Amino acid sequence: MHRSIGSRLSGEFSADFRFGNPAFARTIPLAMIAYLIRRTLYALPILIGVNLLTFALFFVVNTPDDMARMQLGIKRVTPEAIEKWKQQRGYDKPLFINRLSSGSDKLTDTIFWQKSASMFVLDFGFSDDGRSISREIAQRMMPSLAIALPTFLLGLVIYVSFALLMTLFRATALDMAGVALCVLLMSVSSLFYIIGGQFVVSKLWHLVPISGYDGGLGGFKFVVLPIVIGVVGGIGSSSRWYRTIFLEEIGKDYVRTARAKGLSELTVLFRHLLKNAMIPILTGVVVVIPLLFMGSLLTESFFGIPGLGSYTIDAINAQDFSVVRAMVFLGSLLYVIGLILTDISYTMVDPRVRLS
Amino acid sequence: MNFMPVVLWSDALVFLLLAAGVVVAWYVRRHEHLLLPWRRVGQSGVAVVSLLVLALFLLVGGLDTLHYRPALSDKNGGETVYSPEVLSVFDKLVEPLRLHSEKTYSAPLALTLYAKESFTDAQGRLVRDYPRLQYGGAHLAYPSQRDGDVLTRAAVGALAGLLLAGLSCAAWARLSPMRKKSHGGQFPPPYLLMAIFVIAALIGATFNLATAYHVLGTDKVGQDVLYQALKSIRTGLIIGTLTTLVTLPLALFLGVAAGYFRGWVDDVIQYLYTVLSSIPSVLLIAAAVLMMQVTLDTHPDWFDTAASRADLRLVALCLILGMTSWTGLCRLLRGETLKLREMEYIQAAQSFGVSSLRILTRHVMPNLMHIILISLVMDFSSLVLAEAVLSYVGVGVDPSMISFGTMINGARLEMGREPMVWWALAAAFGFMLVLVLAANLFADSVRDAFDPRLNRTEARA
Repeated sequence: MHRSIGSRLSGEFSADFRFGNPAFARTIPLAMIAYLIRRTLYALPILIGVNLLTFALFFVVNTPDDMARMQLGIKRVTPEAIEKWKQQRGYDKPLFINRLSSGSDKLTDTIFWQKSASMFVLDFGFSDDGRSISREIAQRMMPSLAIALPTFLLGLVIYVSFALLMTLFRATALDMAGVALCVLLMSVSSLFYIIGGQFVVSKLWHLVPISGYDGGLGGFKFVVLPIVIGVVGGIGSSSRWYRTIFLEEIGKDYVRTARAKGLSELTVLFRHLLKNAMIPILTGVVVVIPLLFMGSLLTESFFGIPGLGSYTIDAINAQDFSVVRAMVFLGSLLYVIGLILTDISYTMVDPRVRLS
Repeated sequence: MNFMPVVLWSDALVFLLLAAGVVVAWYVRRHEHLLLPWRRVGQSGVAVVSLLVLALFLLVGGLDTLHYRPALSDKNGGETVYSPEVLSVFDKLVEPLRLHSEKTYSAPLALTLYAKESFTDAQGRLVRDYPRLQYGGAHLAYPSQRDGDVLTRAAVGALAGLLLAGLSCAAWARLSPMRKKSHGGQFPPPYLLMAIFVIAALIGATFNLATAYHVLGTDKVGQDVLYQALKSIRTGLIIGTLTTLVTLPLALFLGVAAGYFRGWVDDVIQYLYTVLSSIPSVLLIAAAVLMMQVTLDTHPDWFDTAASRADLRLVALCLILGMTSWTGLCRLLRGETLKLREMEYIQAAQSFGVSSLRILTRHVMPNLMHIILISLVMDFSSLVLAEAVLSYVGVGVDPSMISFGTMINGARLEMGREPMVWWALAAAFGFMLVLVLAANLFADSVRDAFDPRLNRTEARA
């Protein structure tokens, strides 16, 4: 909605606003809190939808019996074995309504209540090897973050700088070469970056260990290669995307005005263009910040990082349905938080956006 | 008849897609205003060359889609018995590649196996050495002849390819109706000629070498890597194209309905795609594929051959990819429809009492086509790349189906060997890079040609 305030108006006016606009700062707390509450209430139906969807996917498309048969193998499957499998995992209950129980247990002693609804209080239950999923998640977040956060920050700086460079030299051979490089980098499989990077840096040059992880400062040698590979792998698509954003902005009137005032091209780019391109950049960037906790499936599994990404991939390979369900819910929860953060970030860079 | 045609699910869907493509092409040809942006695509050198590369990939994939089951030689009481193995026309064309399998790994163009073995030589002595390959370079008496032989074969093959390309280009230039109105130069244009010659020489050389060597080596069970790479093309193309069969109707109908009718329809549809897109796509795909596996495992009666099982899984994967990836396009179409419905010509149509259906089909949808086309060609390459990642994660195609993902997955485990087994990885990544790069370049040209926001006064001149 806020985008429609008038894209024509953007430019000269907003370029001169400061981040810490005093009149704006005073109005934050109350409005912000009310806004946050409202947004959280909006987010609830989405999470309920996700919950219902995963429930349908995991328990309605296939019955627990089917899952048991699949996991136990076709040969040695007996009704008793299936019952035992279901009992161990708590799948031996009715889906929605338990007619055998009384009172509130009619609703709570069911698969839906115990496996799906309990996720809203972040109670994910137990994995197939009997460990608490919630505790596992809490332990594994830090290693994931140790890779994902530096990759994200370093990547953002490098991608935006590269895109600004291409914008500065737009419509020259340098720009063309940059775009060509981006398309080439985009066309390479992410698996290649990881396998190739591991091979060259770890195996040929012996600079860092091939895989492993360690907390604290000693872990530096383990995380540096995954971070570099993560950044390189994203250069192509991200830089090109930022370049498109910048090129769209550079045709606008305020850029011409700034140039007409005699400002140097660099000042125009950094002080005016970058600031005005903030909204589209934030739209794509802020939403992924909470998801950094989830880590990257590929990187973590190749480099043996004990984070949430490798947790997920192990669960998929072991067909541990409860872990996969927990990760699906956690992922969408973080995404919804990201959406709220995005809206808040708009108000911080663009004072014309009101919390309404 | 000594074969029985087999139409797998994916084949049927490809034929459907092909038929739709032909109808659309025929329709576009008859309408000059629809043809115009395609002419712009045709004027871009990059687009034409990448289309040529894509066409080659499509040719391989297409031939690989015509499946049949050969008849077995022994008849069961006069009744022909067909082999349980499902082959394709492409398999038949490159039969030597498929059948000439060695014992295990061998390097590209190698004469010997990768690992030493104990065997008795001609003199009856027990030696431990690299055994000669059964097929690769078997015609050579001495290993020292190899380099010369490889060079001659490559040169002869390349020359033959060039000759063939030259002849067909000459015939094309003479017969083509475009010869006269070519834009200020010769026809075909020089860059295209150059690309055709380079590709023809490459294919010729590879083809001629492949008759006597394993050009890209062999894998763990001794299968030719070149054959695997070529077979992977079909899997990649199917994932990239069939997914659109699911994405397109969903995104189009829901997006247009949300944008045009607004109100509760819009709310419901927006809710639907926000829910779907809020789940990280890899996780959603993983969850769906896990459940799909359970379903396939509990219904073994749905398929009669291993190939049809793998194929059903491929189709299901496309379905799942489609179900999880329509949201982006849907959002775009909804936004554009919201804009369009405020246009004067739509309001005029509404006030004349034209029905909603007619407004949508006559006035709204034609104005959305460029968005659909652009996003479809842009999605293609990312889907091809996604296949490899999903297969690595363990939720990709059936392990028995040859694809870039399964190739990489198999070869990845051999990274630690000394000396390294690099050729299968290199082949998979190389073929994938060429396919995806060509698709990306073509998609860019299509976007440039169709995007109405670009100023195009100079293009018309």
